[in-house]
Amino acid sequence: MKLFIPRDSAAVAVGADELAAAAAASGAQVVRSSSRGLFWLEPLIELDTPEGRFGYGPCELDDLPAILAGQREHAKAVGLVEALPYLARQQRLTFARAGITDPLSLADYETHDGWAGLRAAQAMSSDAVWQQVLDSGLRGRGGAAFPAGIKWRTVAQAQATQKYIVCNADEGDSGTFADRMVLEGDPYLLIEGMAIAALSCGATLGYVYIRSEYPLAVDVFTQAVQRARAAGFLGSAFDIHVRKAAGSYVCGEETAMLESLEGKRGIVRAKPPIPALSGLFGCPTVINNVLTFAAVPVILSRGAAFYKDFGVGRSTGTLPFQLAGNIQHGGLVELAFGVTLRELVFGFGGGTASGRPVKAVQVGGPLGTYLPESQWDIPLDYEAYAAVGAVVGHGGLVVHDDRADMAGLARYAMEFCAIESCGKCTPCRIGSTRGVEVIDKIVANHNRQQQITLLRDLCDTMVHGSLCAMGGMTPYPVLSALNHFPADFGVPADHRDAA
Amino acid sequence: MSPVPFLPAVVEEVLARHRGVPGALLPILHDVQDRVGCVPPEVVPQIARALNLSRAEVHGVVSYYHHFRSTPPKARVLQVCRAEACQAMGGEAIWAHAQTLAGCQVEAVYCLGLCASSPAALWGERLIARLTPQRLDALVASSVQP
Repeated sequence: MKLFIPRDSAAVAVGADELAAAAAASGAQVVRSSSRGLFWLEPLIELDTPEGRFGYGPCELDDLPAILAGQREHAKAVGLVEALPYLARQQRLTFARAGITDPLSLADYETHDGWAGLRAAQAMSSDAVWQQVLDSGLRGRGGAAFPAGIKWRTVAQAQATQKYIVCNADEGDSGTFADRMVLEGDPYLLIEGMAIAALSCGATLGYVYIRSEYPLAVDVFTQAVQRARAAGFLGSAFDIHVRKAAGSYVCGEETAMLESLEGKRGIVRAKPPIPALSGLFGCPTVINNVLTFAAVPVILSRGAAFYKDFGVGRSTGTLPFQLAGNIQHGGLVELAFGVTLRELVFGFGGGTASGRPVKAVQVGGPLGTYLPESQWDIPLDYEAYAAVGAVVGHGGLVVHDDRADMAGLARYAMEFCAIESCGKCTPCRIGSTRGVEVIDKIVANHNRQQQITLLRDLCDTMVHGSLCAMGGMTPYPVLSALNHFPADFGVPADHRDAA
Repeated sequence: MSPVPFLPAVVEEVLARHRGVPGALLPILHDVQDRVGCVPPEVVPQIARALNLSRAEVHGVVSYYHHFRSTPPKARVLQVCRAEACQAMGGEAIWAHAQTLAGCQVEAVYCLGLCASSPAALWGERLIARLTPQRLDALVASSVQP
């Protein structure tokens, strides 16, 4: 009897370790796999059967005897996992191995197409490597969506004795967990992507900066680096160091992260110089998010044209969307760009967990816009979202039901900015605190009209005067909440124009 | 409680492990905190000397990052997520409830990456998702050592 029980944080946090221990004690062979990303079913136990993996979830200890007996008729049985529409309807390129392999098994990685991209890259010239990435149209998945190939080319063409590859794994956005799933569930994929980046520009050293709030990710990824080193995939030509962050949200901004890696306070640097020319320790540095590096191996192994066939317009490839918050079927949905929010939230997510109507969906993390129902049919691609003042960001979706207080959420956005601001620029450092006060006055009807004007002026200053996205984008959730839900701020619906 | 080892010796050992590593201050502070429970102010001069930094620079880093603490926690730490995805599932009620619990030190955390299974918290080293006030009570009660 062979069982697969995920070791992903989201499974462990709802009891997967206890289930695995109990199953092993009963004599079953237990493989601690990665997670499929069907989090409402976690802990999801998969039974190896001749027809494929048969799933049960969400499992509790009481369910184990029936599962171990192989009962197919069971309240928790979900059928063959790969036939579940939620999974079958996805286009998984980056997450092709999710839920299937043992994250730390090099043999599993190899037999499931691992290292194919690296081997292809090793057979090419370094220029051909970045050219593939450029041709694929891959854009930075961290939020800024800058073309990865241009960044790689800039570093490749820079003259320097030392270059670095830095992976930003400081996934601080609420509503996102895809980076964590790669680190915990498919760590060799990230190692492979970074090794390919190293080949494209001649870097010999890489750093992965992982949040301290992700203890399991730090642990699994560190072990993966050691194993990859022992197996010869890392070493004298290119090696990786894991660095643990220390709880600062703004260190997800690339220059603040560089400061942190250098052992300093995570204060944002003014650009230029761009990190591609003067990055870590002043050397040319490729900085990309986990998902960007993780998308690269398939581009090299199957070709830029294959990857570019997915997506729409200038948003090529797939994006692992993360369905979170008040949602019935929360989890990871990897699809080509161009899908709508309505399809994700209702077609995949099944609406709210509370069963109440959806009020707003925040897309792209704490600095992302709240979208009301009138905007749920816009295709999710970088340009279409930018056209309505929204951002795709890292692909996180946080669903709120009709009980959400949008003024409270707007206030929270300002408060979060005040807590996490690095303090270097005034609009962000001072503006965020003033923002909280002004929103309080609006809600308390303290000269409401005047305060609304003040809030808009303040947001204008923050957008145009901040050094980085922290202060520059905090107005996105604030103003979208005010524009689409004025009643929550005390503005009567028939005075909507006044807001 | 095991006897507290002589602090300068602990720090010296940590410093030796990271000697010659560029930009090693954060890993050093993590190691000190993991062993001592915090980064006490008295170790700052020793670290500063070893890295050829000013005491102000080291203090600046310790105080900048939320993760580092200058005094040890008074009880086991319960980090409750207060970010949006948890708010959408009643996280603020969990936060309010946590304040009433004895036997733990409650702190805010902004995202544990369990946003599809919210509300979430970190209880010591243990991740917990789909949290309810009842589950939190049971957890804290069962874990508090006499």
